Amino acid sequence: MFPLRIRDLRYQAAGRQGGRMLLDGVNLELGDEGITLILGPNGAGKSLLLRCLCGLLQPTGGMLEWGEGACPERAVMMVFQHPMMLRASVLDNAALALKAQGIGRRERRRRAADMLERVGLGARAEDSARRLSGGEQQRLALARAWLAQPRLLLLDEPTASLDPSASAEVERIVRQIRTDGTRILMVTHNLGQATRLGDDIVFMSAGRVREHTPTRRFFTRPASEEARLFIQGELPWHMAF
Amino acid sequence: MSFNASFSEAFALIATFDGRVAEIVILSLQVSGAAVLLGTLIGLPLGALLAVGRFPGQQVLSVLVNALMGLPSVVVGVVVYLLLSRSGPLGGFGLLYTPSAMVVAQTLLVIPLMAAIARQVVDDAWQRYAEELRMMRFSWWQSVTTLLHDCRHSLLVAVLAGLGRAMSEVGAVMIVGGNIDRATRVMTTAIALETSKGDLPLAIALGLVLVLIILVLNALAFAVRAWAVRRFG
Repeated sequence: MFPLRIRDLRYQAAGRQGGRMLLDGVNLELGDEGITLILGPNGAGKSLLLRCLCGLLQPTGGMLEWGEGACPERAVMMVFQHPMMLRASVLDNAALALKAQGIGRRERRRRAADMLERVGLGARAEDSARRLSGGEQQRLALARAWLAQPRLLLLDEPTASLDPSASAEVERIVRQIRTDGTRILMVTHNLGQATRLGDDIVFMSAGRVREHTPTRRFFTRPASEEARLFIQGELPWHMAF
Repeated sequence: MSFNASFSEAFALIATFDGRVAEIVILSLQVSGAAVLLGTLIGLPLGALLAVGRFPGQQVLSVLVNALMGLPSVVVGVVVYLLLSRSGPLGGFGLLYTPSAMVVAQTLLVIPLMAAIARQVVDDAWQRYAEELRMMRFSWWQSVTTLLHDCRHSLLVAVLAGLGRAMSEVGAVMIVGGNIDRATRVMTTAIALETSKGDLPLAIALGLVLVLIILVLNALAFAVRAWAVRRFG
């Protein structure tokens, strides 16, 4: 499945947006390890790129090359900024991804119970998922995705509306998932988070990848003026590495 | 008989669990209950499919379901009558002028209504959940069952609407049931008959019972939904 090669990927808006190129020739290569953070201003196409990678959107041009062959089914999972919470227990929500794989109910619930322990929600298994806090819901969503054992996990701003302690919990789980062997591609606006989590940074703007460099180099010697201004706009203080 | 006297006698019929009243009410509940059960089994999945599915003719089917909601009950009665009459294609089953024929007619009446409401309820949920369910590679059937379960408390509205339609209709059951005493006489046909005869106490009694049943069921549904919101959010 890896390396994933994205070649000249394009996505053209339909309807009222009048044919605007929202992804305008994305070129990127991802190896099989690590956590890659995607940064960029609003409207850069970050979330669109994730949706193209997990098959929710069909690119209007370009290619996705998944290693030696096609992308195995269910090898890519995505966690959204506001994850789906059904009117059901935490346990049943966690087991949802396994339902799609045709696994029996008892086995789904057993695996989900184990996974909830790993993400610190074991005691909340029988509570209503909608009663969880925002941070707990994100942990539940991560547990649900992790349970499906994806090879590539896409995270679309999972900590955008969380407080620092809840964000820290989510980051801890993301590291655990990476340690478990899952490749992670994550969109964030939080530059501190990018420095803590990212092995490498993809900087996007106007539907294109402008830079793909190791994290430390991106923040100390950004290759483009645009990236430098972007970093300065988010970071009012000097960060020492 | 004066207005007050009619009401007094009607209340007496109810208070003493009059045999005639009880028999008619029980048959009404059996017929409408069966029709709503069948309507639920057919109409709710149909509505969910119309919300979730993408198949040829889906738009046409949606329009048809919406249009059939307004179908006059007497038209359904005539169609079922023609099907079940001795010269009709299903005449061999001998269902005409039986409660079964009434169930068939009421089921055909409630399915479009329940499907249309279910479609709207499930569509609202589908708008919220579609991306994640598609991302997890849910099949269309898995999506339908998941959404029906998630919307189960809201779908009570569809069930109640179907029950209201079934219990309050007269035309279809009159045609296919014949309003036969002790056999196919339900509350609505009995009210129509007794009023035309001028026997108001029985008509009033049945009308009061009918309204009471509808009120109780709606109150129950309201309580269930309130509990569901507290429990699941």
